[in-house]
Amino acid sequence: MWSFIHKLGSPKWFYGISARLMPWFWVAAAVLIAVGSVWGLAFAPADYQQGNSFRIIYVHVPAAFLAQSIFVSMAVAGVVFMVWKIKVADMAAAMMAPLGAAMTFIALFSGAVWGVPTWGTWWMWDARLTSMLILLFLYLGVIALRGAFTSRDSASRAASVLAMVGVINIPIIKYSVDWWYTLHQPASFTITSRPAMPTEMWLPLLIMVLGFYSFFIALTLMRTRSEILRRESSKRWVRELAVEER
Amino acid sequence: MAFASFAEFIAMGGHATYVWAAWGVTSVLLAGCVLHARAERRQLMRSLARRERREQRLAARRGEATMESHQSGGES
Repeated sequence: MWSFIHKLGSPKWFYGISARLMPWFWVAAAVLIAVGSVWGLAFAPADYQQGNSFRIIYVHVPAAFLAQSIFVSMAVAGVVFMVWKIKVADMAAAMMAPLGAAMTFIALFSGAVWGVPTWGTWWMWDARLTSMLILLFLYLGVIALRGAFTSRDSASRAASVLAMVGVINIPIIKYSVDWWYTLHQPASFTITSRPAMPTEMWLPLLIMVLGFYSFFIALTLMRTRSEILRRESSKRWVRELAVEER
Repeated sequence: MAFASFAEFIAMGGHATYVWAAWGVTSVLLAGCVLHARAERRQLMRSLARRERREQRLAARRGEATMESHQSGGES
């Protein structure tokens, strides 16, 4: 177990294993997102109340899921980095933050655009909307904090701590719709019960969610590989690699 | 198929602006992430290779210099 963790923590080992895993996640992401998009946009039936504007759900929900999952991943990586001093965890966390911010922005933007025809407003200081906006600021805070230090170690520690503290916002986002029921509807999907919509509506949504998760994994692997080379550029194996690849 | 024609598909039952704005922003950001990651990787590999070539050149020059100094040292 311990040797496995330390192996996983070795940048060189991670660089090798990620090269083999990454293509599968890219293929999965491309296929799932393509199938989910065509199905969701053209084949899923229109909602009997919302008409075709409900098709925004197929980008809104996956983006909102990822926005939260990426922050949790960043916090977990922060713990792994702080407790076990595993550098790869910190590199992955650093590479995740911009994608998390992008996903949060997509969730907020698509939600605002969806709100106009369904709620008659693009924004309200509803608990869910506000806590998602805070999530966006937390992401921007983590990114800014990393850039604010000249010492890499201080930057990594500060960003890890902010991620670990900021993760408290995630359960607040999740339960905001139950605690303060104002505008945003509660979750349409729970693990315990069947979704309250027909199969031909939720199946493409599930496919999109899986596609977005694959995209997140593939992109994080790819960017972490770049970050490894950047940070370990004076190591012998990286220098040999630089000669081979040219 | 939920639409009778391509024109109807584009019109989205009058909700075209909302649906295509949300989907458009999402596609642009996802594509942007991929392009950024690729450019990042390419630039990094280029700069690493450039540095490696420079170091090899320097090492080679240093090697010649020590050889010469050894030779001249031997003659005197």
